[in-house]
Amino acid sequence: MSDSIKNVEEISGVVVITTSGYFNNIAGDAVLEVFNQKMEEGKINFLIDMEDSKVVNSIGVSILIEVIEKLQTVDGKLAFTNLAGIVEKTFNIMGLTKYCEVYDSVDSGVDNLS
Amino acid sequence: MNKQNPVVELKLPVIPDIELSATKTAEVISKHMNLSEEKTGEISMAIIESCINAFEHSKTKEIFIHFIVSADKLTIKVKDQGVGFDKSKVEIPNIENKLNSDERKRGWGLQLVSALMDTVEYDSDETGTTVTMTKKREDNE
Repeated sequence: MSDSIKNVEEISGVVVITTSGYFNNIAGDAVLEVFNQKMEEGKINFLIDMEDSKVVNSIGVSILIEVIEKLQTVDGKLAFTNLAGIVEKTFNIMGLTKYCEVYDSVDSGVDNLS
Repeated sequence: MNKQNPVVELKLPVIPDIELSATKTAEVISKHMNLSEEKTGEISMAIIESCINAFEHSKTKEIFIHFIVSADKLTIKVKDQGVGFDKSKVEIPNIENKLNSDERKRGWGLQLVSALMDTVEYDSDETGTTVTMTKKREDNE
């Protein structure tokens, strides 16, 4: 597993991806790789836990737009949890939060996605 | 260093994630200025995006960052000696246009910097680009 991915697990049918460190292009690509693999397995609901990623850049976040795009083709959902304030603000400016819910906790995210 | 208006200068080579060293400096300066955590995050993100723009597009070998502390604001200058760019030719990104199209998903840097800072100015020609951005200090900070 990439250093940018701390953990991947499935809870009640939701794939929970926990990232680690600076969410740059490397981290974005790592999430995309996990996402592609799980989507091939038929998973369509994803929750990204960014508690350990307090700093992002727009290149990494742009890769998440690819994820949203792919999920739209299968009526899937992407959501986020444990976002730092500036990360949520960045997602708002870039428009991700028009397409993805943000939850306060993993449990809350899983409850709403499953 | 002028005690009235301290200036911090960084010179960063083009190496992966070096922009994070500038955000660490920004955090120290923001703390010195008693800026809020929210403003500190906005400043750090604006610096990251300005550095990435310079590294990705200007063909510069290094960038220079100046933090200028004054009573009412923090001014940050990000300078490169690259090829410059024409801001009027940079498209404003929109996620709706990027979804379900062949349009590249990237290209958010200028919009983010503009949204996160109080003022942003670009001075660019074929000898390089200087981004000058400010974050105001509130009376209670």
